[in-house]
Amino acid sequence: MQMSGAQMVIEALIAEGVDTVFGYPGGAIMNVYDEIYKQHGFKHILTRHEQAAIHAAEGYSKASGKVGVSIITSGPGFTNAVTGLADAYMDSVPLVVISGQVPMSLIGTDAFQEIDAVGISRPCTKHNYLVTDAKDLGRVLKEAFYIARSGRPGPVHVDIPKDVTAQMAEFNYEVEVDLETYKPHTKGNPRQIKKAMDVILSSKRPIFYLGGGVINSNASSEVRELIHRTGIPAVETLMARGVLSFDDELLISMLGMHGSYAANMAMSETDLVIALGARFDDRVTGKLSEFAKNAGVIHVDIDPASVSKLVNADYPIVGDIKNVVNEMLELCSYIHPETYESWRETIKNFDALHPLTFHEDSERLKPQWVVKRVGELLGDSANISTDVGQHQMWAAQFYPFTRPRQWITSGGLGTMGFGFPAAMGVKAAEPEKISINFTGDGSILMNCQELMTAVEKKLPVINIILNNNFLGMVRQWQTLFYDKRHSETDLSVQPDFVKLSEAFGGIGYRVHTKEEFDAALKEAVEKNIVTFIDVVVERFENVMPMVPSGGSLFNMMLLEKKKEKK
Amino acid sequence: MIDNNERRVVSVIVVNEASVLSRITDLFSGRGYNITSLTVAPIPDSKYSRLTIVTAGSVRVIEQITKQLHKLIPVLKVYEHTDLVEKEMALVKFPITENLSDINALCSAYNGKIVNVGDNVIIVMVADEPKRVDNFLSVIKRYNPKEIVRSGSVALER
Repeated sequence: MQMSGAQMVIEALIAEGVDTVFGYPGGAIMNVYDEIYKQHGFKHILTRHEQAAIHAAEGYSKASGKVGVSIITSGPGFTNAVTGLADAYMDSVPLVVISGQVPMSLIGTDAFQEIDAVGISRPCTKHNYLVTDAKDLGRVLKEAFYIARSGRPGPVHVDIPKDVTAQMAEFNYEVEVDLETYKPHTKGNPRQIKKAMDVILSSKRPIFYLGGGVINSNASSEVRELIHRTGIPAVETLMARGVLSFDDELLISMLGMHGSYAANMAMSETDLVIALGARFDDRVTGKLSEFAKNAGVIHVDIDPASVSKLVNADYPIVGDIKNVVNEMLELCSYIHPETYESWRETIKNFDALHPLTFHEDSERLKPQWVVKRVGELLGDSANISTDVGQHQMWAAQFYPFTRPRQWITSGGLGTMGFGFPAAMGVKAAEPEKISINFTGDGSILMNCQELMTAVEKKLPVINIILNNNFLGMVRQWQTLFYDKRHSETDLSVQPDFVKLSEAFGGIGYRVHTKEEFDAALKEAVEKNIVTFIDVVVERFENVMPMVPSGGSLFNMMLLEKKKEKK
Repeated sequence: MIDNNERRVVSVIVVNEASVLSRITDLFSGRGYNITSLTVAPIPDSKYSRLTIVTAGSVRVIEQITKQLHKLIPVLKVYEHTDLVEKEMALVKFPITENLSDINALCSAYNGKIVNVGDNVIIVMVADEPKRVDNFLSVIKRYNPKEIVRSGSVALER
């Protein structure tokens, strides 16, 4: 069928089952926006900044498991989106991002709003395309969706010059994707899997090290089953929160720089690391040469380049976690949970020695209390997004996660400003769930313009600002490692967050006490409008435990014991 | 593991399409690997091109390079050569006043010859293993070469 390039974009999105697109129009993408105006196949959410459009698509994708879609214009529209692309690339989020480009005849002439978009997106996307002829557009979009969602997922960028969106050509979306050079390896080698099971059988202190790949692979229920049938305890990375329910006896906690004492000690004492979809990030391992020093390593990952990248895998298995774990389940009847009784006991003792906790204060709210309280009040009924910093770590440590895709955070890139737009995307994907964004007084200002989107499109995100008048995480490092020289981290000069929200048509609360917080949260949930809850918390609270950067996992700074009151 | 930065030759078969070369070179610069030399040309009667990349790194680094290259969508195959035939070419320009028979004799010893004679200069070509090309270029210094150009390596597994 003959149609314009712009129409092809619409037809392709509809054929892919896309129901929500996040974007921002501009000169070079106007032909596509003209077709968006005419169609009824999907909803378009106009964000107020291109970066937010990508983060919203990420939130949508992380919550739903579907490919997130974003449409933006050339030049500054595209460069604004780059942070989002990089964020999605680092956290393996499947996205298709379509950008306008100046007409073909103007490419290379420094035309108005021209930038070499594919040149910029190359290192921060899984793949990218510059479409130079409308006859290729259908195939390119089909490939883009396929590449984004298959193998190790990631963002794919499609740059389309304005004249190509106007060009008429034949469109056929029924074609099979045939990429001779791209064939992800999804089935693990059965002999390697058998070997891995044998080594598990002969280990005394094994541990499951779960990463975000388990969630990407939709393998949480299989992984839960494997863990329960073998009785082997598990730690989760930041990205894997929710794979196991918080009350699961075999879940130790999160490991890494701000992991629990028990999780980090278990990782240091183990004799066999069973890594599922985790990539041995430096925030997880601390000093590499001391990481799980006496342990063998089984590493299951769909990305061969992740295996043995940082830690040598004795038993590498390249494949989709779901497939591999299903095969492991068939072989695991020889492994008896009783075998690891004393190992589990050891870990329990670690936890009893230094449990993951915090000290309450009668004068001021503690940020950790706020997170715990939201967990008590909303629990499973909320999806939890975060920005980046102290609040993110407290949310990861203290929220009672019950399911995968409940936890939406920027892990690899650590993007401040991610949380609010992502939480809007989450709300768009799962409207029946409450969408919470834990944020800080630093992060929230990096995309607060999205109040407008949230009001207009009725995406009632509840932003809980853990306000310590500091760029808290940097302040913490300055306190601990820079002799308390708090260089440019004091954020005492602040907007009135209540009025800020109200100025856009949202609602706001400033709370100092537990009672005020409970009331504000209850009202925010009932009113169902975008909310800022500005929570005044203890200024100098540190995230503990902490493994200093480059230190060994077992050398943690711990929560100081509470001083006895006289 | 001992981190010996050995010289390695890697061949990469890629789809012959726009910007594929920048994908490869971006990967090297972005991940901190170095390229000693790079040769690329289309493979006859196919939609593919072949790159020969000379690089250096430890076993682990080379393994990562290979895997990361393979991850690029237009990359079909990556070979890390162990037992290979490797050749490189050099063109050198000499003043015509130098001892041409000496130069010619040297060229012959390195699979080369005089390929162009002008009013003031001659151009010679040699094609040999990279180490031997090094040798040649060091030996001919005494004949006042005016300009030297080296190609990258091309290699085939035995």
